[in-house]
Amino acid sequence: MVTLVLAYAVAAVAVPWALGRHRRLMACAAAVLPAATAVWAATRAGGDDLTAELVWAADLGLVLDFRMDALSIVMLLLVGGVGAVALCYAGWYFEGSERLMIGTLVAFAGAMTGLVLADNLLVLYVFWELTTLSSFILIGTTRPERAEDRRAATQALLMTTAFGLVMLAGFVLLGQAAGTYRISALLAEPPGGAAAEAGLVLVLLGAFAKSAQMPLHAWLPAAMVAPTPVSAYLHAAAMVKAGVYLVARLTPAFADTGLWRPAVIGVGLVSLIAGGVVALRQDDLKALLAYGTVSQLGFLMVLLGNGTRTAALAGTALLLAHGLFKAPLFLAAGVVEHEAGTRRAGELSGMGRRLPVTAVAATAAVASMIGLPPFLGFVAKEAAVKAFAHGGMDAVVLAGVVAGAALTTAYGARFLHAAFAGGGDGARAADPWGMAVPVAVPAAAGFALGFLSGPVQTMVAPYANTLGGDTGYELALWHGLGLPIALSALAIAAGAGLFLLFGRSYPAEPMRWPVPDSQRGYNGVVRSVLVGAHAVTKRLQAGSLPVYLGVIGTTVLVVPGSALIAGMTDKGSPDVADYVLHGWDDPVQTVLGLIVIVCGIAAMLARRRLSAALLMAGVGYAIGGLFVAQGAPDLALTHLVVETLLLITLVLVLRRLPERFPPRRRKPSARVATALISVGLGALIAMFLVVAVLSRRIRPTGPGYAELAAKEGADNVVNMILVEARALDTLGEITVVAVASMGVIGLVLSGRRRVPRPPGEEPAGGEAGGEPGGGRSWLATSGRPALGGAPMVPAAAAARLLGPAILVFSVYLLIAGHNRPGGGFVAGLVAAMAYVLRYLPGGRRELAAAMPVRPGVLLGGGLGLAVATGVAGWTFGGAGDGAFLKSEVLHAAPPVIGDVKVPTSLFFDVGVYLLVLGLVLTILTTLGASLDENVLEEDVPDENDTAEGARP
Amino acid sequence: MTGPALVLILASAVLFAAGFNMLMQRSLVRIVIGFMLLGHGANLLLLLAGGAAGSPPLLGRESERPMADPLPQAMVLTAIVITFGVTAFLLALAFRSRMLLGEDEVRDDVEDRRIHAERLAEAWGDDADPFDEDADQEGAGRGDGETRGGA
Repeated sequence: MVTLVLAYAVAAVAVPWALGRHRRLMACAAAVLPAATAVWAATRAGGDDLTAELVWAADLGLVLDFRMDALSIVMLLLVGGVGAVALCYAGWYFEGSERLMIGTLVAFAGAMTGLVLADNLLVLYVFWELTTLSSFILIGTTRPERAEDRRAATQALLMTTAFGLVMLAGFVLLGQAAGTYRISALLAEPPGGAAAEAGLVLVLLGAFAKSAQMPLHAWLPAAMVAPTPVSAYLHAAAMVKAGVYLVARLTPAFADTGLWRPAVIGVGLVSLIAGGVVALRQDDLKALLAYGTVSQLGFLMVLLGNGTRTAALAGTALLLAHGLFKAPLFLAAGVVEHEAGTRRAGELSGMGRRLPVTAVAATAAVASMIGLPPFLGFVAKEAAVKAFAHGGMDAVVLAGVVAGAALTTAYGARFLHAAFAGGGDGARAADPWGMAVPVAVPAAAGFALGFLSGPVQTMVAPYANTLGGDTGYELALWHGLGLPIALSALAIAAGAGLFLLFGRSYPAEPMRWPVPDSQRGYNGVVRSVLVGAHAVTKRLQAGSLPVYLGVIGTTVLVVPGSALIAGMTDKGSPDVADYVLHGWDDPVQTVLGLIVIVCGIAAMLARRRLSAALLMAGVGYAIGGLFVAQGAPDLALTHLVVETLLLITLVLVLRRLPERFPPRRRKPSARVATALISVGLGALIAMFLVVAVLSRRIRPTGPGYAELAAKEGADNVVNMILVEARALDTLGEITVVAVASMGVIGLVLSGRRRVPRPPGEEPAGGEAGGEPGGGRSWLATSGRPALGGAPMVPAAAAARLLGPAILVFSVYLLIAGHNRPGGGFVAGLVAAMAYVLRYLPGGRRELAAAMPVRPGVLLGGGLGLAVATGVAGWTFGGAGDGAFLKSEVLHAAPPVIGDVKVPTSLFFDVGVYLLVLGLVLTILTTLGASLDENVLEEDVPDENDTAEGARP
Repeated sequence: MTGPALVLILASAVLFAAGFNMLMQRSLVRIVIGFMLLGHGANLLLLLAGGAAGSPPLLGRESERPMADPLPQAMVLTAIVITFGVTAFLLALAFRSRMLLGEDEVRDDVEDRRIHAERLAEAWGDDADPFDEDADQEGAGRGDGETRGGA
């Protein structure tokens, strides 16, 4: 069974892909699998239940259970048989090759197969929603440009998924009450209690919406904008039966529970009668059939929700019969529309003469629908009447059933009259065979099965026997004269009268009494949701970023803040009085801490951009000092270099901005609020810090890493953590850095026009004396200072001299990082400093001379190297032992140097190094160079080489 | 367990307060600087929460002080580099805003302001389909549909 569902998934993709050019062949090939399913189900009829399970995560109780019993077989016959017919029909119905349509139809057939085979509520739910999604695609896909189609598809999706969610909640309630989600176990020992009953009501709501029961039916008539094969298959034979199927599945266990019988039978009867009345008033053939489907589904609800054996026999027979008569009726309506170009009753005439085969097949289908002998519909209706012929409350139901049957007769006759009546215009009879045969096959099957009621009885009896009630009844064509046949005759006679009285006018006369229009209800709900969203947005979405941040800050203050205070008063929480008030651990902390505090406040108050940036840098350098005092040399090293680079970057950007900040125009009240929130947050952080430190109960894990490092032979524990113990985290972090760099490149360079170089002007290099990288003048700059102004010859010369030394030092840091302060991060930053030094006096041209590789190459190469190291550890670590990023020590003994040990984590560190270098160079070539170039544009319009050089 | 020194607690509190205050301003450069202050504050907080000061976590060089916890240090190290990358990104954003809008100020979202100012009554239109965005302007709506269909 698992294989079967998977085969559908494969076929849904493979068939349209392989045969998309030949639409008819594709459709017929797609029909093979559903047909095979139906045949397989037929061979299993009357046999034992078949089970299968696929264990996914057994610990979480996630087991995909499948089970095939009598009820599933009936549904499989429908899903497979009608599916095959509808798919073949689709090959002739569509003019073009509808790959998406055919593929989705096959996928739907697979989802439906899974749905009826699932033996687990959650699995059933997943397939349930898959059918909803298929329905959405199939309704909306042919003419997505039409507003009506989009709206109908959305409505179907919203209605069925919204109530699908309700149903899921019901499933969870049921499953929790029963302690299992396996349907067969649930039915064997049905849970009781209020929770289970509430769950059942929710499940029923989902089933009613799916089966278009009133008043949740509006989506079904709207969905008739879909192409005919879709309407015939999804919205008549298969998908809408899912709700009925679910009710039938749960009835054996829950029919006597609380609201079950009143709810199911009440809703079913209302749908049966009201649907029939509305159907009698429709001019559009498909709308007529759609309301007929609502009505018939109501009938099925009544039969299958009643919970007696005879009703269940009637219900399952009608389930089969309905698929076999409603699908051909839809398909016949499609043929008529295809040939006549319309499906409005008033505009059709003489189609019976033009399409005799279709007309005969449709008549046979209608005969089965209204229950004329010897069709299968008659067998089902006999049983249905028998099931309620007991008197008491059942008499009311019986009256409803007979009234429904009369209405069915009336609208069935109206359909035939509307579609096929009228004199011909002399056109020759020309049934399109590709479509007429699929109409005729199920209609003929409905005829034949009427005589084969014995095998049908064998097939459905195992399900019906699980229910109580009178045991003797058997499905048969002839039970002799009695109440059932009398009522059938009465219903048909009354229906004929109704048709003659009300059913023959096109367009139909308007209703004399108002019918509650659930379409308006749906529109109202949607509109009130939109209005509600509008109202909420209007109040909360002020459009001002500071306001939003203020709300976030206040929330942080209120929610975690009150939690913190509540936690502090709790017993067993750390006593804040334990905090030993001491100004400093180390006198130097006082100085540095005061610098941080003063510079931080001053930066906040600064009115000039540059002052703010410089004060900010002051904070940064002081923090670096604090890191040293705290015993973190690696941090201090990295931090100081980063701080310098940030300052340079800031200055690069600030150069293009006005000197002063714009004046603050904020109202005093807003300023007070801002100040209050900020001060509150600061206080919260301070309190949190104290509490967090005092709450430590468990020994920190850090020292454990020291032992690990000793074992690995790495002396620098921090570096060991970064590149070995937690290397995967580091990989994630450098990925973030790479992504941020890409973002910088995109933001600065995107959308820029290339200014065509004026003809006759030499390429940029000549003007400033020296091609990039030409090195004609040693120690001389080849460009202008990045920050403008006069050339800085001493600085440029110093940079050229120092550059190689800095690079060598960075390589030392990289290698030493294993044992001493250093490592890839700081080494990369230091290497970047060499380029910054070249860039500042020499400008972008000097940078291009110093670094021939684009920064994007460095970013990608670094990330690639880091990942490759990890994968190598995987591959070479040995089977079973190879962990991602597992470090190994490589030994080599080159001559002269002697024994050399290289841990593979060094390669990872090299990757980090390259990536960080790439980040800084990205900043220089984009933020720096683009600003630089804006200066140039004012006098020399050349930008091509920069833009190219900076593009990754 | 004595807890961190008062001056350090104060320093991180001031960094957070000043950082958040600047984040709530409208100048993009102020916001970037506020973000950097917050980053500093967070790094300091992480390190302080990790334990008391100690000797550098380098094996073979232990002093009389016990070794500082290396794990928060490793976290802060990557945090520093990431903050650097993100700050560069923010600066690029500020630059872009300056290039496109000619100013480095955060302006209010126009659409949000419009909705904010609108009256509730306008939302309740006639009985038209709520999803049909073209319902109000018949002609324009049809034209729109055609173009979409053509595409």
